[in-house]
Amino acid sequence: MNGSMPTYLGMPAFPAAAKAAVADSQLRRNLTHATGTIRAKRAGAVAELDDWERLRQAAKAIKDHTLANLDAYLLRLEENVIKGGGQVHWAQDAAQANAIVAGLVRAAPADRVVKVKSMVTQEIGLNDALESGGIVATETDLAELIVQLGHDLPSHILVPAIHKNRSEIREIFRREMPDAPAGLTDDPAELAAAARRHLRHEFLHASVGISGANFAIADTGSLVVVESEGNGRMCVTLPRTLISVVGVEKVLPSWRDLEVFLALLPRSSTAERMNPYTSIWSGVTPGDGPEQFHLVLVDNGRTASLADQTGRQALRCIRCSACLNVCPVYERAGGHAYGSPYPGPIGAIISPQLRGLSSPVDSSLPFASTLCGACYEVCPVAINIPEALVHLRAKVKHNFSERTVFHLSGQVLESPRRLAAAQRLASLSRRFVGRSGRIRRLPPPLRGWTETRDAPAPPAESFRAWWQRTRESGTRERGTR
Amino acid sequence: MRIGLFVTCLTDTLFPETGKAVVAVLERLGHQVEFPADQACCGQMHFNTGYRREAVPMARTFVRAFSGYEAVVTPSASCASMVREYYPALAAEVGDEGLARAVGEVAPRVFELSALVADVLGLTDVGAYFPHRVTYHPTCHGLRMLLIGDAPLRLLRAVRGLDLAALPDAESCCGFGGTFAVKNPDVSAAMCADKVAAIRQSRAEVVCATDNSCLMHIGGALSRSRSGVATLHLAEILASTEASTEAGVR
Amino acid sequence: MTARDEILARIRTANRTANRTGAAGTGQTAAAAGAPDAAAVDAAYQALPRDYLRAHHDPAEHDIVALFADRAADYRAVVERVPAPEVPAAIACALSPRAHPSPSTSPPTSDISRFVVPRGFPSDWLTEVSADIELASDEPPLSAAELDATAGVITGCAVAIAETGTIILDHGPGQGRRALTLVPDFHLVVVRADQVAADLADAFARLDPSRPHTLISGPSATSDIELIRVEGVHGPRTLHILLAG
Repeated sequence: MNGSMPTYLGMPAFPAAAKAAVADSQLRRNLTHATGTIRAKRAGAVAELDDWERLRQAAKAIKDHTLANLDAYLLRLEENVIKGGGQVHWAQDAAQANAIVAGLVRAAPADRVVKVKSMVTQEIGLNDALESGGIVATETDLAELIVQLGHDLPSHILVPAIHKNRSEIREIFRREMPDAPAGLTDDPAELAAAARRHLRHEFLHASVGISGANFAIADTGSLVVVESEGNGRMCVTLPRTLISVVGVEKVLPSWRDLEVFLALLPRSSTAERMNPYTSIWSGVTPGDGPEQFHLVLVDNGRTASLADQTGRQALRCIRCSACLNVCPVYERAGGHAYGSPYPGPIGAIISPQLRGLSSPVDSSLPFASTLCGACYEVCPVAINIPEALVHLRAKVKHNFSERTVFHLSGQVLESPRRLAAAQRLASLSRRFVGRSGRIRRLPPPLRGWTETRDAPAPPAESFRAWWQRTRESGTRERGTR
Repeated sequence: MRIGLFVTCLTDTLFPETGKAVVAVLERLGHQVEFPADQACCGQMHFNTGYRREAVPMARTFVRAFSGYEAVVTPSASCASMVREYYPALAAEVGDEGLARAVGEVAPRVFELSALVADVLGLTDVGAYFPHRVTYHPTCHGLRMLLIGDAPLRLLRAVRGLDLAALPDAESCCGFGGTFAVKNPDVSAAMCADKVAAIRQSRAEVVCATDNSCLMHIGGALSRSRSGVATLHLAEILASTEASTEAGVR
Repeated sequence: MTARDEILARIRTANRTANRTGAAGTGQTAAAAGAPDAAAVDAAYQALPRDYLRAHHDPAEHDIVALFADRAADYRAVVERVPAPEVPAAIACALSPRAHPSPSTSPPTSDISRFVVPRGFPSDWLTEVSADIELASDEPPLSAAELDATAGVITGCAVAIAETGTIILDHGPGQGRRALTLVPDFHLVVVRADQVAADLADAFARLDPSRPHTLISGPSATSDIELIRVEGVHGPRTLHILLAG
């Protein structure tokens, strides 16, 4: 729990990080098994609802409308949270958010907190910030606990320890959990029971809980936490003080919108009709739950994304992770290769928008995709991820040699005359390479291709040369060989 | 119908047999095929790699070459997608109203080959003969962008002598992704390896598709591993007749 | 400028930019430099498309109470349907093996026969509970440790959702504060047939948003280890649903 946690600073660009992951057979096995399983389940859960596409379009419309009027809805949310007895704080960036939370914890007063999994708190590096202020934060989601005890980083939005199999988890518990039972096996039920015992004491004695929220309802001031294990309920119910850190894009207009989003989220994420526990509260309820409630609204780059007319659709995201589970690139590279708390397809478009496009990893993320579109197909809020990726690729600063290649090739490819000339050159080169019809080694910059594939040799005659010869110059041959 | 052929820069340069096959099939069906020589590239590679400005002159070249045709056919689902799905956005982005108008007229008439034959012309039997075991890989642009559905399969089922084998995990991307294959060679190769494994599982002699780009990538891996499985564009299978099959498969 | 002002200003600028260049999405109201026009926002909201189904199983054509029982059982909750007059006997039956576990089952707690019953739970449903079982109230409120040591909790509910097999507590009379149904290891909940709503839309329409709510769909679970679903993490490991009527 203490000690250095790895950070996302200075992460290598995606191709380099992915190279190592692709060669890691245990990771590959874990990912293929896990994502394959959940893909199939999700398809079944979605097929049950005849109106899935209509729900999806309604969700997209609600989110777009909310984002287009985000100021109005945040003000409404603030008003209603306060009316319910809570307090609202605003943070422009991670540093501000962390300072606010730390201050609230100290004022509680407390020097330890229990946390429900919250992506935004990972994004802002809250645990590290609290720790350097002498506050111990205990993650209570089983997977986050595994990641924390393993001094690791999460690799998936929903199942952050998906890159670990059961025996690796057992090892982590045996090493790092002082109260792990002797003879603990790698049976998932036993591992879950060990986590339950380990955390129960923390839960029952915690005075401050920190959560995120899946949704924040503007017209009622309600926060919604969707979970499976019950640790969320523990954190938002038992402590005297509750602090919820929520990205500004999580707001929804009204109570009835839950009928859309609670239909879409569980089926998209865990492939269930409904997840085990959902907690909804507004402000404080005397005699029931925390006596103090603080909502910390976080920007941290979201308003920058909002200003980008194509990129802002990423803010619709409800963090279901369906896109991760269908992505063939994620399946082979794993979450760590994305160098961000948000991996996978959504991560590739959100991380560069929140963090900017200048770091090696962020500038590589828009290219970490074949644009196959499987993610767009499954996204419950219809984010056109391929469109956003291509859009971001145009915003990345390309290096000089690539720019030159593309500029020159652009000149050739836009002109029929120049293209024909280049083709004649290619056909001439046949004399020297690929007489078998295959080229086994290409020079840089295309060398990467022939490392794992043969390349086709240029034909004796391009199509247009053939057409010119056989159709335009008097002799008319049939369109076969 | 008077049909304009957009052969695509890739097929024009490296796979001319595919272009010849498209002509053969459509002429066999009684249509007039023209190849406007002032065509070049649709600009997809540049556009998808983030060089959107460079794609604009290519879009202009395209609409100039193809205005006035009742239909434009192309043996590439990805190029057809570029024109149909992205040219309007590109024109709007650079504020070129003339281009936008031209795109508005031409783009809806651009069809990938199997969509043209099966859906627009409403035909499944094109008089083809191809006595081999074939499996079909649905490319991502065709599958998810153009939504050509099972048009290629309907056409393949009507080919005499053809033994159609199902491809396991067919809808998984082959890993080409344009410049992805070069920028992310490890993941690309890993995805290709799984596609090759699925193809071998189908026990097909030939794998076909609507895009030479994906076939070039898959075929490169099939030949590198000496698999003995060949790749062939769908058009070439549809063009194949009793007479032409004597020449053998590529 | 406070952080709040900054964020709101950035949002307004962002939406003005996006609106000007074209695609700010549906329901975009006039891009004002200052405070938003609430009426315009609400009008745009009301105009949003909602052509999804209100209920995936129409109550006119389906027995939604049976559907609820089926769907709840799918989560491995224990579901029992009894006619209303038999509820007291069913409750008594459900409690007694918990109060007298066989030695091979769960380790004994110190208040092995103590169940918490929140105020407002119909007392005539408890008439057949055996005398050696203690039914404790939550007044004065039990500590977390005390709750942890009980054998379980018995409550009613506010609404149930047939489509998803979900129980919704609004922590009103007969349901207790939230900790009551969280800490003990066993939760017996009585659902009346008239409390079953067909689907989410109807269920949420019946609730009062100012109250806290807990939606329960089966006992607690996790899929964090290799995506294998394991029941019984932090919430009650046994959920027993008595469907009355």
